[in-house]
Amino acid sequence: MGQLSGPTDPTADAHWEHSHPRKGFFTDTSICIGCKACEVACKEWNHNPQDGNLELLGSSYDNTGSLGASTWRHVAFIEQGQERITEARETGRALVNLGMPRIGPPAPAAPAATDLAEADTTPPDTADFRWLISSDVCKHCTHAGCLDVCPTGALFRTEFGTVVVQDDVCNGCGTCVAGCPFGVIERRSNGTVKVATSREEQHTEHPAVPNVGVAQKCTLCYDRLVADETPACAKACPTTSIKFGNHDDMVETARERVAGLHAQGLTEARLYGANELDGVGGTGSVFLLLDEPEVYGLPPDPRVPTADLPRMYRRAGMAVAGMVAAAAVAFLKGRA
Amino acid sequence: MTTSEFDSFRPPEPARRRRPGGKRGTGRRNSGDGSREMPMVPEPEFTSYYGRPVVKPAPWGDDVAAYLFLGGVAAGSALLGLGGQLTRRPILRRNARLSALTAVSLGAVALVKDLGRPERFLNMLRTIKVTSPMSVGSWILSAFSAGAAVSAVAEIDRMSGARLPLGPLRTVLQAVEGPAGFEAAFFAGPLAAYTAVLLGDTATPTWNAAHEELPFVFVSSAALASAGLAMVTTPVHEAGPARKLAVLGVAGDVIAMRVMEHRMDPVAAEPLHQGKAGAMLKWSERLAAAGGLGTLLAGRNRAVAAASGLALLAASALTRFGVFEAGLASARDPRYTIEPQKNRLAARRAAGITGDSITTAG
Ligand code: SF4
Ligand code: SF4
Ligand code: SF4
Repeated sequence: MGQLSGPTDPTADAHWEHSHPRKGFFTDTSICIGCKACEVACKEWNHNPQDGNLELLGSSYDNTGSLGASTWRHVAFIEQGQERITEARETGRALVNLGMPRIGPPAPAAPAATDLAEADTTPPDTADFRWLISSDVCKHCTHAGCLDVCPTGALFRTEFGTVVVQDDVCNGCGTCVAGCPFGVIERRSNGTVKVATSREEQHTEHPAVPNVGVAQKCTLCYDRLVADETPACAKACPTTSIKFGNHDDMVETARERVAGLHAQGLTEARLYGANELDGVGGTGSVFLLLDEPEVYGLPPDPRVPTADLPRMYRRAGMAVAGMVAAAAVAFLKGRA
Repeated sequence: MTTSEFDSFRPPEPARRRRPGGKRGTGRRNSGDGSREMPMVPEPEFTSYYGRPVVKPAPWGDDVAAYLFLGGVAAGSALLGLGGQLTRRPILRRNARLSALTAVSLGAVALVKDLGRPERFLNMLRTIKVTSPMSVGSWILSAFSAGAAVSAVAEIDRMSGARLPLGPLRTVLQAVEGPAGFEAAFFAGPLAAYTAVLLGDTATPTWNAAHEELPFVFVSSAALASAGLAMVTTPVHEAGPARKLAVLGVAGDVIAMRVMEHRMDPVAAEPLHQGKAGAMLKWSERLAAAGGLGTLLAGRNRAVAAASGLALLAASALTRFGVFEAGLASARDPRYTIEPQKNRLAARRAAGITGDSITTAG
């Protein structure tokens, strides 16, 4: 067992002898066009069954809903007006003013000729309306709540520093589902879905749902990584919004990108998961967001529950002592 | 807003929190007639992604809540059994041992039933992981069950006039029966307390926020439930210690619950007071108080003792189901994940700690 919290190298903690560099994603949501190619590629590659009914959810172009047992990439769509854009820019600027850690190269200095203070920094076409689009995925946390609490060892840390479920070991206890601070992993139900009657025949041709009753999530395409291939979602992404590579390089690219956006006056840009001092020790999948994380359905201050486990065990130990003492008192004085 | 002739084919709009980014949460519970106008200057708002949950609730059904209860009953009964064994109270010892085995068996069945792949339940024992309360708990449960089973089988053998077909094993059984009682009692406390760690060690907001005091609530609940059961099954002249344990359990339960609610994040504590969970926990406290009072005032009356015992059992079951439900409800509403997290982040920033945020400027 390695550390329960704080910065660390998860692969070394898991005692891999020939550890590869840690792999990860950098999802740059500022250039995502919402084509959902990643969602489709992931479903195809991993043979993931249909998730729920085919229905419109009334949430912009998002009819997937959320990450789940059969949806390992989820593209979120958020429609925002002018007011919210201003707010986002301010919360972003507040982050800069807080002196958030800035490692890596500093923002490229603005050329003196163009006075950015007076420049119109509003990007074209989004003056009073914008669409936030973000492709969400498992974070492959440095301290993964799901992995820590799994009692069977079905979840494990790969040599690439990623977190994967062995579906032939998992007994579907569901502890990991509650253990994930990002709501990613889920137990697959039998996948029975009601479909519109006109689609019934078409649906019955679908192959049987695999891995019913076991926990499922993104594997960071473990099967492709061992063959030195890029994960299916990153490969399918036409805009390179999903970048894949060594985790350190990804974090560096992300920092350069956010510095560039800030230099253009887009102070709403911020990174999510790039800080190894955060509650989960940094994430393997780093995101560039254009608003507060909760707008995208991400937790604003996640903390791996296991970080507090030693304390919980101590408290439980005290409670046990109390219970035994109570029983002893009951019998000792009960003699009379 | 454009309209088209196809509008009638649109699905009905979700009833609540339709507007992403800047929607109002359930945060400010106002008159709720829905006719209020949006204030011109928005107050600090809680935003979420279309009101969808951030964390996922554990996929656990009522079986697991029942297990929390039964495990507690079994644990307390084993302690009473050992007490009866040491203080020569044969009826209390017998009844408590039988209760322990019955409760732990039912509990284990409930637990296995709730697995996604029940046929793989033994995979729990293929490794031992201290970071996983579920893994530690499986081992505690197994160790406890072994002791509880041996001591209970010895009782059954005695009750049936040594008619169990045990052969030469009978001498072995009689020799290990006492130590088995000790062994079960040794694992009783951990059995009662680990479930609190299991719930606390999750990202489920209400459970996680309760992690400091939940073990005390759970062991108290286990004590009063097992004592209640002993008061139902055992004649008053041998049930003295059970009555004492019941009163101590009630005191512990009421105090620990109060302290827990007081020390928790106020937002994360809300589900404990609302809806089904709130009602269950309220009744749990009332029944515990009633059972405790009955025990204290007229516990030597067989009928009152039995009635009080039943009230205590019900109180414990309601505590477990209430805490369980409150946690699931807190996971289903994004507010309970987002607001406490935003608040603690803001508090840390206000205190000058800015280095540990997951969101960074670069
Ligand atoms: S995001 Fe959740 S499922 Fe993914 S590694 Fe982290 S804890 Fe596990
Ligand atoms: S459901 Fe499977 S992967 Fe999740 S904790 Fe249980 S055994 Fe581990
Ligand atoms: S890395 Fe593979 S499994 Fe994970 S989201 Fe991308 S395609 Fe799906």
